[in-house]
Order: sequence, then C-alpha cells, then structure tokens
Amino acid sequence: MSEVKKFMYLNRRAPYGTIYAWESLEVVLIGAAFDQQVSLMFVDDGVYQLVKGSKPADIEMKNFTPTYRTLGDYGVRHMFVDKASLEARGLTQDDLIEVEWEDWETEEEVDNIVEVIDADKVVELLDESDVVFSF
Amino acid sequence: MAIEVNGKTFEVDEEGYLANINDWEPGVAEVMAKEDELELTDEHWDIIKFLREYYEEYQIAPAVRVLTKAVAKKLGKDKGNSKYLYGLFPYGPGKQACRYAGLPKPTGCV
Repeated sequence: MSEVKKFMYLNRRAPYGTIYAWESLEVVLIGAAFDQQVSLMFVDDGVYQLVKGSKPADIEMKNFTPTYRTLGDYGVRHMFVDKASLEARGLTQDDLIEVEWEDWETEEEVDNIVEVIDADKVVELLDESDVVFSF
Repeated sequence: MAIEVNGKTFEVDEEGYLANINDWEPGVAEVMAKEDELELTDEHWDIIKFLREYYEEYQIAPAVRVLTKAVAKKLGKDKGNSKYLYGLFPYGPGKQACRYAGLPKPTGCV
C-alpha cells in the first residue's frame, strides 16, 4: 500500500476580492475526497476566511464561510490558525467558526478542529508536510 | 436552456442543473424525473429534501461519499449506503439527486 501523504493548504489571503480563498477551498473539497491526509493553515489575512458572521451578499458574493464547517465530513482533521495573525487583526478564537469532526466508523468525535497555534508550531507543521499548497 | 414546469420557465445550464437554486419548487424535480423516466417516491423525496437542507447549511452540494455518510447519520444506515442510493438514483445520487433538488453539480464531480 502506498503511503498517505500529508497535504497542507496554506491560506494567506482575505476571502473576497480575489478568487484564491474559494479556489483553495474547492481544491480541498476535491483533494480530501481522495483520502489524503489534509490539513489547512490560515495565516495573515487568510484568518478572515474563518470569521463568523460575514455578509458578503452586500458585495454580491456568495458567503462560503459555512462551507468550511463541512470540511470535517470531508475528512479534514486539522485547521490551524496563526495566533499572531489573529492578534494583529484584533481577533480571537471566539470570532472564528467551529468545525466538528467525527469518525463515522469509530464514532470518535472532536467538537472543534480549528486550533490557534503560535509561530513556532506553524513552521514545524509546514516543515513536516509532504506537500504544501499556497493560496 | 430552460425547462417548463407548470407553465413557468426555469433556466438550466448545459448539463440540466438549475441556474438559480432559489427558483426551485417540487415541480422542478418532478419534471426532471419524468424526462429520465423515473417516478419519484417518498424515498426519493427524503434524499432531495436532505440535499436542500445540506445546501442551506453548508452552501455546497456534497460529494457522493459525504452524502452517503451524512444520509447514514441522519436517516439511518439502511439508507446511507451506495446500493440504496444508486437504486433510487441510477445516474448517481450525487449528480442526479442534486440536479432534482436544484443544487449545482457537486464539487469534484466530473
């Protein structure tokens, strides 16, 4: 059996204004369906992708923040958020959506896979990934 | 392209998916099913209803694997399996049921 590779999707841009965030999310939805080990990392303006209560309808965009909440069902096990990026924007974990994860066979559950981590951990995680996709 | 439902016209894309999800009404599913020579039963409607609720909550059409698991969780394992779902929707529960429900084609579906 071939070894499962660790994929990291690094998200650094605001959700609207460019297509990057949505494209990244679409690739994750497709990639996760192929049973890779998929994690997401949110750094810089990328942290805005997970902020609750966005109303992009005002700028005639579809609100895709709810879609991140289904990623647990797509087998995404970790969503990491850079602490310094949050703090620089006056945000805390309370401002972010929660994403549940459940193993459908073992019924193991995690209430929230969104995890705020410090810079050292960000570097470590990027380092140990086999593949990093940067958006 | 467009389809005709109870005297009203609904715009669809080149693969037959409804252009605007908010236009949907049950008659749309009925007309689409009739074109596929499929008669919709309560079991079909359970899945169609489920998909509309899923979209309402997450803003996407689920991949078939995710749909299967989510149906198992909500409606029980006797319904949340490929055999049952393909039995209801022979063209593929992802594509066909999403189309009937007025959803876009599932992401990653070719």
